[in-house]
Amino acid sequence: MENLESLEKAINSELTTKIISSKIKHDQINICIEYNNLIEVMIFLKTHSSTKFKQLIDITAVDYPERDKRFKMVYLLLSHEKNSRIKIEFDMKEGEILSSLTSIFPSANWMEREVFDMYGVEFKDHPDLRRILTDYGFKGHPLRKDFPLTGHNEVRYSEEDKKVIYEPVKLEQNYRNFDYESPWEGTKYIKEQSKK
Amino acid sequence: MAKEVKKLNLNFGPQHPAAHGVLRLILQLDGEVVEKADPHIGLLHRGTEKLIENKTYAQAVPYFDRLDYVAPMNQEHAFALAIEKILKINVPARAQFIRVIFCEIGRILSHILNVTTQAMDVGALTPTLWGFEERETLMGFYEKVSGSRLHANYFRAGGVHQDLPKGLDSEIAEFCEKFPKIIDDLETLLTDNRIFKQRNVDIGIVSKQDALDYSFSGVMLRGSGVPWDLRKSQPYDCYEQVEFKIPVGKNGDCYDRYLCRIEEMRESVNIINQCLANLPKGPIKTNDGKLSPPSKKEIKQSMEALIHHFKLFTEGYRVDEDEIYTAVEAPKGEFGVYLISDGSSKPYKCKIRAPGFSHLQAMDYLIKGHMLADVPAVLGSMDIVFGEVDR
Repeated sequence: MENLESLEKAINSELTTKIISSKIKHDQINICIEYNNLIEVMIFLKTHSSTKFKQLIDITAVDYPERDKRFKMVYLLLSHEKNSRIKIEFDMKEGEILSSLTSIFPSANWMEREVFDMYGVEFKDHPDLRRILTDYGFKGHPLRKDFPLTGHNEVRYSEEDKKVIYEPVKLEQNYRNFDYESPWEGTKYIKEQSKK
Repeated sequence: MAKEVKKLNLNFGPQHPAAHGVLRLILQLDGEVVEKADPHIGLLHRGTEKLIENKTYAQAVPYFDRLDYVAPMNQEHAFALAIEKILKINVPARAQFIRVIFCEIGRILSHILNVTTQAMDVGALTPTLWGFEERETLMGFYEKVSGSRLHANYFRAGGVHQDLPKGLDSEIAEFCEKFPKIIDDLETLLTDNRIFKQRNVDIGIVSKQDALDYSFSGVMLRGSGVPWDLRKSQPYDCYEQVEFKIPVGKNGDCYDRYLCRIEEMRESVNIINQCLANLPKGPIKTNDGKLSPPSKKEIKQSMEALIHHFKLFTEGYRVDEDEIYTAVEAPKGEFGVYLISDGSSKPYKCKIRAPGFSHLQAMDYLIKGHMLADVPAVLGSMDIVFGEVDR
């Protein structure tokens, strides 16, 4: 992966101060940036002749509720010409508003809507920031770690009202989450056997 | 005298036979010309990603079958590869070949469904009847190897669940011998068919640049003349060892995408034949006792095997703290899994990148200025399956 290393160097030398850290892992370049540099970094990566990451693969967030900067935003790009992938990430606080990428990559539209829907991260200059996957009138952001797996509302057809109604979730049996984790490591001689 | 024409808003779906699932498409029409299309998705949203966060790695595999449910194993593949790369597992050669065979079977399954239902959307019924007979045979192979026709749950991190049953390889070989003739038959019905061409040629044209900008992948990208296939450019498993061609379109219209799919089916048959001819002997999953469960025989004889079995099916195996994005060339395009593990036996996050999601997003761009009757044709050629779009 000599190629990837030279690409990483090129990106680092061009963006210098905008990059906090960068590394190569699993045949991909990972860079950390500051969140207000997002647009400039993206434009550079898309247009510069040495990078040409012309396709936005995905945008997603990761929720770490215990951290001060709660969300980690992740952008995945692909360069067909260089046959390489790059991941751009940065941390942000809840309530901070990000710049939308829709002017650079039209496909960012739905991806940002999904992040907004699932995590409640807002984007400015987005043409149409609505919920996308959840129900009309849905409340909450399902992929946040503090959102319960069973949800809040359930839906059924009511024979009396002759329509579909929403009710709070009632479960016959509560969701059971057993803690199976144990420090069990097995005995030494089995490990040696399995290595043979 | 100019007469003012009122714009018509039309609700296409959520239940519509040509929507290929539950799609609500709000169309703004000027006469019969579509001015704007606003797809409302999420009617099949099941919260797969949230569920996977609450399941062990082994329990997460069946959720991948339920994404693009016409080619289940291709998606399991992406997830299995992600775990394998984090844990640095070497997959035995035989398992790699079996996986590639079944991924290509999945590709044929998906392409038959798409080509024939697209034909049905524009008025031809016969291809569906002919094509589905072949799909039945292929799903028979799925059943023989995994026990179920659709939701296979067959790929594991480190290999596959079971070896091929006796005689299955010759059955698949027999199918591969007969199937090209069926593709020829389908082509006689469609390729030069006047009506089929009128409905598809020059409809839904995607330029190279737009295909890249809208994050298209798979046939949607290749139909527009970009020779990009992850099986060639970033090969995984044993794709490096087989020879195949990548069909590329010229005009980027619905008809070119149809032709690409037909050619890809022929290439898939070719790949399966090569894999069957070179199928090595040996184990079908890694022999690491911390990952793959012991055999029934071992459980009865060895205490350690029993413990391993118990731990694997309660706690599950643990995956080291890491994060990775892996992608495979699924029949519909680049299917990716972005997995974050935190060292426990459950994924911290598992983002699924479905190709159909970005394709459907471009609906407005593709259909603008076309007639209402072109909506099903374009939708059909995008190869949308709502299992993966809505997740």
